[in-house]
Amino acid sequence: MEFFWLTFAAFLTLAVFSFLYKDNPFYKFAEHLFVGVAAGYVVCVEFYNVFLPNLWRPLTNDGQWGLLIPFALGIALFTRFTSKWAWVSRWPMSIIIGTYAGLAVIGFASGDLVLQLQASMVPVISVPDVAAFTLRPGVISFLQVLANPVFTIGLICVLFYFFFSVEHRGTFRLISTTGTTLLMIGFGAGYGYTVMTRIALLFDRLYFLFVDWLHIAKV
Amino acid sequence: MSRFLSRFEKLDRRWIFLLIALAVTLPLFVDLGMSPSSTPPVRDFYNQIERLPERSLVLCSFDYDPGGKAELSPMAYAVLRHLMSKNCRVVVITLWSTGPGLVEEVVNDVCRDEFHRQYGLDYCYLGFKEGREAVMVGMGRSIRETFPRDHYQTPIGQLPIMSDVQNYSSFPLLVNISSGYPGTKEYVQYVESRFAIPLISGASAVSVPEYAAYYTSGQLRGLLTGITGAAEYETLINRKGLAMIAMGGQTMGHLIIIFFILAGNLVYFVNRRGKAR
Repeated sequence: MEFFWLTFAAFLTLAVFSFLYKDNPFYKFAEHLFVGVAAGYVVCVEFYNVFLPNLWRPLTNDGQWGLLIPFALGIALFTRFTSKWAWVSRWPMSIIIGTYAGLAVIGFASGDLVLQLQASMVPVISVPDVAAFTLRPGVISFLQVLANPVFTIGLICVLFYFFFSVEHRGTFRLISTTGTTLLMIGFGAGYGYTVMTRIALLFDRLYFLFVDWLHIAKV
Repeated sequence: MSRFLSRFEKLDRRWIFLLIALAVTLPLFVDLGMSPSSTPPVRDFYNQIERLPERSLVLCSFDYDPGGKAELSPMAYAVLRHLMSKNCRVVVITLWSTGPGLVEEVVNDVCRDEFHRQYGLDYCYLGFKEGREAVMVGMGRSIRETFPRDHYQTPIGQLPIMSDVQNYSSFPLLVNISSGYPGTKEYVQYVESRFAIPLISGASAVSVPEYAAYYTSGQLRGLLTGITGAAEYETLINRKGLAMIAMGGQTMGHLIIIFFILAGNLVYFVNRRGKAR
């Protein structure tokens, strides 16, 4: 039975890959199957993992009647399906948005904004790095000395690129162009990481086909 | 020559797909002997675990789904192997609804089958809990209230490993393996900054440009970057796993892509000059 499911999984993998050649019924089948299974899976997970333990069981077993309020708010979300009562859904929506906005602001301010600003304020010349370079001159220690100046200049240039109160001409244009260049390098690195992720995904599927399914690879 | 360049410019992209597939497949049949040297973020990740005293209780949040399995499963295996070899105890959770089965497989493979540890005493798997950031913040108040039962519906009170666990303060380290939202970013924002628990992260490569800033600022004490980070980490723990095997495919695949980027640009400029003439 296990071999059957492995073969079925391999068939689905090959069906998805077949799209690289051209669109075909096998790909359509795999795509529709995936969408249907994923939707059904999410509904089941939410039902068993959220609805039953957080609402239904406490309500029916423990008599926590206060939970009727969130239950009513949850039901109110479904009023969006009728034009007459759709306005009722704004109440639970406002609570959801308000709660998550509050959480997000606190998280962003304390975890991102302040600490990242703090981390950006580094000395332009790092004395320990200079001392390390003096003691052990080399390419790595020299690059380490350059790290803080490059970081500071890069930060200023990139921030300036988004500063539109001054026309970007002359020296300002140079600073702005440097910022753009650094941004492009950053985007390029980001794209490189994306390629790495995609190749890892491909390798995982090929490993599944040649090792787990066919057992013909030597690893 | 110009005919060749013209044909190259119009090369059917399916040939490129085929070449990449062949290049990535090659290391499955030929050992290319890839063994990457470790970078500082990976060494820091390794050292955070290496410094833990024996029998330390570590919280692991493995937040990924089948889409992130290729990169993050090797990391999860390596992390658990390292923790088990250090004789640490682990509590594993997942905040992704599509993750419980994948994470359970990793936990059972390593803790139960490979190291023969006892469930409930040396490790436990609390499974998935819906709520994302709310769960993260909730665990800061009380893990028992947030996860009243484990993945197998055993009440937390019946697991000896959880007897002294209150909240994040019960753990000297939090390990997050993250494929996106909710994951490392949210743990940094809602947990690391608020509850002051040392946090190390392994993330899919596509997320790393965002997380690297957290490592630089010290909010992350260590960082594994995609399959490369996992391979470096496997080198450090001296245990060849899927990530090191995958590095051959990564290298070959990247070489093909680099070749086509360079060749494509070269052909474009040569053809443009030809047309200008």
